[in-house]
Amino acid sequence: MFSFSSIDQYHSSLQDGTATCLQAVEHYLQRINAQMHLNAFVDIYADEARTRAAALDLQRQSGRPMEVLHGVVIGIKDVIAYNGHKLTAASRILEGFHSIYSATAVERLLEAGAIIIGSLNCDEFAMGSTNENSAYGKVLNALDETRIPGGSSGGSAVAVQAGLCMVSLGSDTGGSVRQPADLCGIIGLKPTYGRISRYGLIAYASSFDQIGIFGSTIADVALTLQVMAGADDFDSTVSTRPVPDYTHGLKEKQDKPLRIAYFPEALDHPSLDPEISQAIHNLLKNLQAEGHQVSPVSFSLLDHIVPAYYVLTTAEASSNLSRYDGVRYGYRTSKEGLDINELYETTRSEAFGTEVKRRIMLGTFVLSAGYYDAYYTRAQKVRKLLFDQTQLIFKEFDHIFLPTTPSTAFRIGEKTTDPIAMYLADIYTVMANLVGIPAISLPLFRHSNGMPFGLQVMSNRFEELSLLRISDLLIDRQLKP
Amino acid sequence: MEVTEAMIDKLSHLARLRFTADEKGQIRGDLERMIHFVEKLDELDLNGVEPLIFMTDEVNVLREDEVKGSVSRDEALRNAPAHTDTFFTVPKVIKK
Repeated sequence: MFSFSSIDQYHSSLQDGTATCLQAVEHYLQRINAQMHLNAFVDIYADEARTRAAALDLQRQSGRPMEVLHGVVIGIKDVIAYNGHKLTAASRILEGFHSIYSATAVERLLEAGAIIIGSLNCDEFAMGSTNENSAYGKVLNALDETRIPGGSSGGSAVAVQAGLCMVSLGSDTGGSVRQPADLCGIIGLKPTYGRISRYGLIAYASSFDQIGIFGSTIADVALTLQVMAGADDFDSTVSTRPVPDYTHGLKEKQDKPLRIAYFPEALDHPSLDPEISQAIHNLLKNLQAEGHQVSPVSFSLLDHIVPAYYVLTTAEASSNLSRYDGVRYGYRTSKEGLDINELYETTRSEAFGTEVKRRIMLGTFVLSAGYYDAYYTRAQKVRKLLFDQTQLIFKEFDHIFLPTTPSTAFRIGEKTTDPIAMYLADIYTVMANLVGIPAISLPLFRHSNGMPFGLQVMSNRFEELSLLRISDLLIDRQLKP
Repeated sequence: MEVTEAMIDKLSHLARLRFTADEKGQIRGDLERMIHFVEKLDELDLNGVEPLIFMTDEVNVLREDEVKGSVSRDEALRNAPAHTDTFFTVPKVIKK
């Protein structure tokens, strides 16, 4: 009977012959089939995964050394391109689209020996916080199927939560990896903006988007990041900084006390569940008692970050989504006798969902003549203010602690009617995307209602190693009695 | 700010979207609330603050002028809803 706890343990069992890649793939295919009602997958590459697993087994048994992700079974969000496979952003507008190239991230996973087992459900064009806005229908939280898994990478979170793959990829524009990780009780990392190439990631808001990783151990997340990160000829915004060895760096012992900042305004915010606030306050108190530096830092912009985020991301989305015109790829209306403009308008109106249209309209408004400076430029200035304030904090501190979400997973349908209530659920996650810093959600806590919730930790730009180290420490600490 | 029906018509044309009479009422309400929500930014004093436009540190990322990463015509046409052997096809654009 195959079981998975970490990539390291899996590789040991491959080497001592107690497991094979094919057994692993069969195990996951069986679990995926048994959990179809969760609706996490939109496409399953069963035969292909079996063939690749068998080939990897043969290579290993013939003595070829294992690549770092040899046989690791990975699911990818339906916004990440994989050559020859369906890619739809959970939207009708990309109905029938098959990618003709692979994302750089996927290419690197494959080179490192990974097996891609399928593509994962999400909110349409990654716009949403509940995974209720998908052309394929909603995804269920495996811990309580009456609740949402979070979004937009809901399928990716549930795939790891329910043991349907070892690691999964999501994308994080405003919290779409960290928030579902929090609500599902797993680890979710959003790296620094530009750490992983965006080539082959369907664009939502290009100055915010970043591929992120879901996993069950920090070591697995670190290794997956290491494989995907770094310069890429096909993305001129990706960072050319060298990629540190996260895996080895994690093992180096750190004795220096941590320097942690927290925002009292955030922990005492009226929208925050008191139990979540209490849990984080307690953790901070304990860390301080253990000799770490824990300090409150005043942060007055908390109520402005979500508005700034929505102005900028909808502006970028309205521009990015103008490419879906029913001409070069995807859906085209079946109505006859239309002129070219009617063809565009009818196609787009028939195939985009409500939330996507709302955001395109707001984005079009903030970019339109007469309003551009008052809304769009203004939000860019707020972004600068935030960026500068954050850099000041990181002069004195290594990490900022925040909740990931204001509440645990809510009931399906609870917030769908009010877009603003939904947007406010992003209050703690959008900051990292606005300033481009890495952030992680760690599954440290459980609420009296039975649902898990996490702690969000943020570090300075390109300080993933430091972020992964503190994450490892916090999870270890939690496991100790 | 009050969102008028004329504004919705203008924006939906710019965005190449079309709304039915029912949907128009809905989007008008939604947009008005969303605009009201983002107007919270008006509270901030932003005098002397420069807009932050680019999030990457990379400037002038140059590469050799080699052909790579391009796709064949056949591949490019593969996902098109309507095409000939060589072109995407659209309704007639120029009217006589």
